[in-house]
Amino acid sequence: MIPALEYRTPESLEEALDLLERHGEEAKVLAGGHGLIPALKLRLAAPRVLVDLRRVPGLSSIEPLPEGGDGFVVGALVTHREIEVSPLVRARCPLLAEVAGAIGDAQVRNFGTLAGSLCHADPAADYPAVLLALDAEAVVASRRGERRVSAGELVQGVFETALEPDEIVRSVRFPGPHFAAAAYSKARQAASGFALAGAAAHLKLDGRRATDIAVGITGVAARPFRAAGVEDALRGQELSPEAVEAAVRGLAAGRELTSDIHASAEYRARLAEVHAKRAILRAAERGSAGA
Amino acid sequence: MVRKHAGQPLRRLEDPRLLTGAARYVDDLRFADLLHVDFLRSPHAHALIKSIDAAAARALPGVAGVFTHEDLRGRWGGFPVPGAPPAGGGDGGPAAKDPPRPPLADGEVCYAGQPVAAVAAESSEVARDALELIDVRYEPLPAALDAAAALEAGAPRAHASLPDNVAFRWERKGGDTEEAFRKADRVVRVEIRTERVVPCPLEPRGAVARWLPGEDELTVWTSTQSPHLVRAQLAHGLGLPESRVRVAAPEVGGAFGSKLGACAEEAVLAVLARLLAPRPLKWIEARRESMASPPHGRGQRGALELALRSDGKVLGVRYEAVLDLGAWSGPSAHLAAALAGSMACGAYAVPAASVAVAGVLTNKAPAGGCRGAGRAEMAYAIERAMDLAAAELELDPVEVRRANFPRSFPHGTAAGAVYDSGDYAKTLDRVLELCDMPRLRAERDARRRRGELVGIGLATYVDLCGPGPSRALAAGGWEAAAVRVGPAGAVDVFTGACPHGQGQETAFAQLAADRLGVSPEDVRVHRGDTALVAGGGGTFGSRGTAVGGSAVHEAARRVEAKMRRIAGAALGVPAEYVEHAGRRFVAGARSIAYEEVCHRAHRGVELPEGLEPGLEAACAFEPRSFTFPFGAHVCLASVDRETGEPRLEGYWAADDCGRAVNPLLAEGQAHGGIVQGIGQALLERAAYDEAGQLLTGGFLDYALPRARGLPWLRCDRTETPTGANPLGAKGAGEAGAIAATPAVVNAVVDALSILGVRHLDPPLLPERIWRVLRERSGP
Ligand SMILES: Cc1cc2nc3c(=O)[nH]c(=O)nc-3n(C[C@H](O)[C@H](O)[C@H](O)COP(=O)(O)OP(=O)(O)OC[C@H]3O[C@@H](n4cnc5c(N)ncnc54)[C@H](O)[C@@H]3O)c2cc1C
Repeated sequence: MIPALEYRTPESLEEALDLLERHGEEAKVLAGGHGLIPALKLRLAAPRVLVDLRRVPGLSSIEPLPEGGDGFVVGALVTHREIEVSPLVRARCPLLAEVAGAIGDAQVRNFGTLAGSLCHADPAADYPAVLLALDAEAVVASRRGERRVSAGELVQGVFETALEPDEIVRSVRFPGPHFAAAAYSKARQAASGFALAGAAAHLKLDGRRATDIAVGITGVAARPFRAAGVEDALRGQELSPEAVEAAVRGLAAGRELTSDIHASAEYRARLAEVHAKRAILRAAERGSAGA
Repeated sequence: MVRKHAGQPLRRLEDPRLLTGAARYVDDLRFADLLHVDFLRSPHAHALIKSIDAAAARALPGVAGVFTHEDLRGRWGGFPVPGAPPAGGGDGGPAAKDPPRPPLADGEVCYAGQPVAAVAAESSEVARDALELIDVRYEPLPAALDAAAALEAGAPRAHASLPDNVAFRWERKGGDTEEAFRKADRVVRVEIRTERVVPCPLEPRGAVARWLPGEDELTVWTSTQSPHLVRAQLAHGLGLPESRVRVAAPEVGGAFGSKLGACAEEAVLAVLARLLAPRPLKWIEARRESMASPPHGRGQRGALELALRSDGKVLGVRYEAVLDLGAWSGPSAHLAAALAGSMACGAYAVPAASVAVAGVLTNKAPAGGCRGAGRAEMAYAIERAMDLAAAELELDPVEVRRANFPRSFPHGTAAGAVYDSGDYAKTLDRVLELCDMPRLRAERDARRRRGELVGIGLATYVDLCGPGPSRALAAGGWEAAAVRVGPAGAVDVFTGACPHGQGQETAFAQLAADRLGVSPEDVRVHRGDTALVAGGGGTFGSRGTAVGGSAVHEAARRVEAKMRRIAGAALGVPAEYVEHAGRRFVAGARSIAYEEVCHRAHRGVELPEGLEPGLEAACAFEPRSFTFPFGAHVCLASVDRETGEPRLEGYWAADDCGRAVNPLLAEGQAHGGIVQGIGQALLERAAYDEAGQLLTGGFLDYALPRARGLPWLRCDRTETPTGANPLGAKGAGEAGAIAATPAVVNAVVDALSILGVRHLDPPLLPERIWRVLRERSGP
């Protein structure tokens, strides 16, 4: 029951950016449609112009970064499924492939895009935990030029981003380096499959010791965040189960947490701890298995 | 009796069209001049309507009309509810004092989601746009939301016109319960609460209604379980003879009790069809409407007490319950109460029983019967109590159950039911074997020693189904069928049952094929259309095969008898000497082909003296009694100590639905039912906030079970025939939904029992368990 609107299918990025510049707040970008179409049907969003990116060339590939290293860049139209099975992603950053494969169901993964998920800014989305842990950035384009925005900055709140109405995320950059010691762990909301709490851990290991560690958390608050306290407590430490258990305690303390029929704030806080612990320990295990 | 096809696991004949998308549901029906109808629904749980201003909506281009209660005045005579229980609460259930239900709100709205106004427009988009332009001013009233609280003096009233919220009180007593409790060595009491669940058929409700002025005929194509009931209700409401109303169900994508009888929207459509004639009107419910609209099932709170001897023998049972009926209760909700009461003894021979049920009106979506209605709530209560009895008496939960099984059948219970046939120990033994109980217990105990939370749950159950003998139901309990064999031998079966996913097109084809000597593929089964089938009860209460199938069997037998007479005349022997073997009728060395008999019957020549031409017979089959399927289910569950998440690791079931006409269909029903029961145990609930707004209004929030997270289901059957019908068949549709909830809850409570947990109610949400874990074992 989508309200009447103007549907446009630009054939180049310039044309798409022109349309956004012209229509401003009245326009919305359409990628996989698995965030936007439900919102349109429920009449939660009512744009006058829909700018479908699917005919825009150059947005559908995953490419190595030209500057070398193991970084790569994911185009705006790349789907969850394409990430899940990409040989390049699997080789360079299995964590990203893992989280892509944990999203929704096969239909959702075949349509939904990484960039779309980021721009939708659903507080229960899976990717943000991983994107934060990997220091990923969005490459944002408009008629005014191009800028890079870190994933943490891009997502401002519940369905709120730092994008201007005339901007498009053309790709998401994963700068690297990526370590084998990485894992994602989530508690699924039983109905939607989204994350009640999700944690991504990315570790640089020296034996059992974490010389560097990044932990991203999603699902528990209006915005995803890095568990800085956990990272500080474990950086340079041996990752024994006891040490990790102690480090994750209270990781969400002091934050305003989501509370709804699926989980109270208190329970979400606990889930965040448990899944952070599980992600870190699984990452450590993978790292030492690979070493 | 020849059973060549019946008894075989034939694959469903209807599947090719269902699986290739060729099946046509209501929304697939195309009309050139269709108008689309949509409903404005109450945003309030309870409010007075001060005014409705529809001028802007009416002025919108493409709008054919906006209608409110005023427009229905004089055009709708109310729901007659032909299925209403006999006054005074006879066998069919309690007599309720619900206020009449206006199809569009009449000055007062009593639940969020109640239809207030209807728009007819050229497209569904315009209809929706128009709804947004209707300005309704409400004056909110206090709402009755909790059924138990709504019983208290001074509680807000669900309907301003009623003095209180009690729709009915219903009691049933048998044996001397007082005495049983006086003599008991031990009394076990459990307070239970089953939350409201939403039946979630794949296809939501929807209908097309068209009035043809020249014919003076209303046709309603609707997604229903019971076309004849809908016709009776609409004819009554419109003041038309039934001969002027045709109701037809195209393909129906599931129901689970939610499409039984006419709903408010169908009534509105029927009235508007005459006002907007000859244009047909289509209404298709959105998923969020089908979540917030009637009928929800299960909402019940109760207390069950068992009077026990120290050896585990149950001397008496007492059950008191409060039913949350929502804003209006349909007959199926009343029947659910009666069904619960009748099954208060569960699978056990209990000398004394007393049941007292209060049906309470609240400002929530109307309740109805949902797959396993009444029996599921009751089985849950008694199976929880049996586990507690075993724990308190330090007896084996398996043996406590076994010791209380009835020894002979038919078995009359203290709650007034007569269990037709059974061998409860047989299904129990079968499931114990299937799951290898000794090994399962050893494994559980070993894992417990390692600190894991693991439990085994058992539930034995009896289902009451196959309604029923007509004396027990106001609308009658029989089912109609007709069988017609054409001049070239084609077989058409017409059934009053209305299968909507169960696969009875296949089962009925098997039954007719056996009688007529053809193969099931040669039989076409017609259903769901009052123009094709003279009468019918419909499909609900696991009655389709036992009652509807028996009617088909009997009608086909009558046709076959006539064919034998014709063959006998041709072969020069009396009909008794004619053998029917496949597609030939044989007498000694002489025989005549099935096709030749068909030909002669239709040409009307060379027929025995006095025999009418044609090959057609009808049957209105009246079952001798209800049927009582039974069985035993076992579940293995573990609980994540850190998060409280329950995980089902194994599930085993042994069911007995009498003689299965098609074992593959029976197993499919078992699987579906079990998964539905698991959903209720672990996930499902219609959650309302303090203002009476439904919080689980879609599948993003209402959790249904999915393949992920389910254990492998290992199902087996035993066959104990019933004498209620010639097939010996009972029902298979609801048993799984009845047994699985207690089996799963018992398993999870067993897993937590080492922490001293005695009881938890469904849904066993991870957070609920986590809170219990935290209380018991510290953070
Ligand atoms: C049934 C279901 C289950 C799901 N389960 C999960 C889950 O388990 N975990 C999870 O994380 N997610 C889940 N999702 C969400 C899914 O991942 C969506 O695909 C994703 O959120 C949106 O991506 P999209 O490509 O479909 O974007 P769209 O729906 O097309 O767009 C979403 C929003 O982002 C904007 N947008 C899209 N692309 C761009 C761009 N390049 N530049 C600027 N703005 C843009 C749009 O304007 C819109 O506001 C689920 C969705 C559904 C329907």
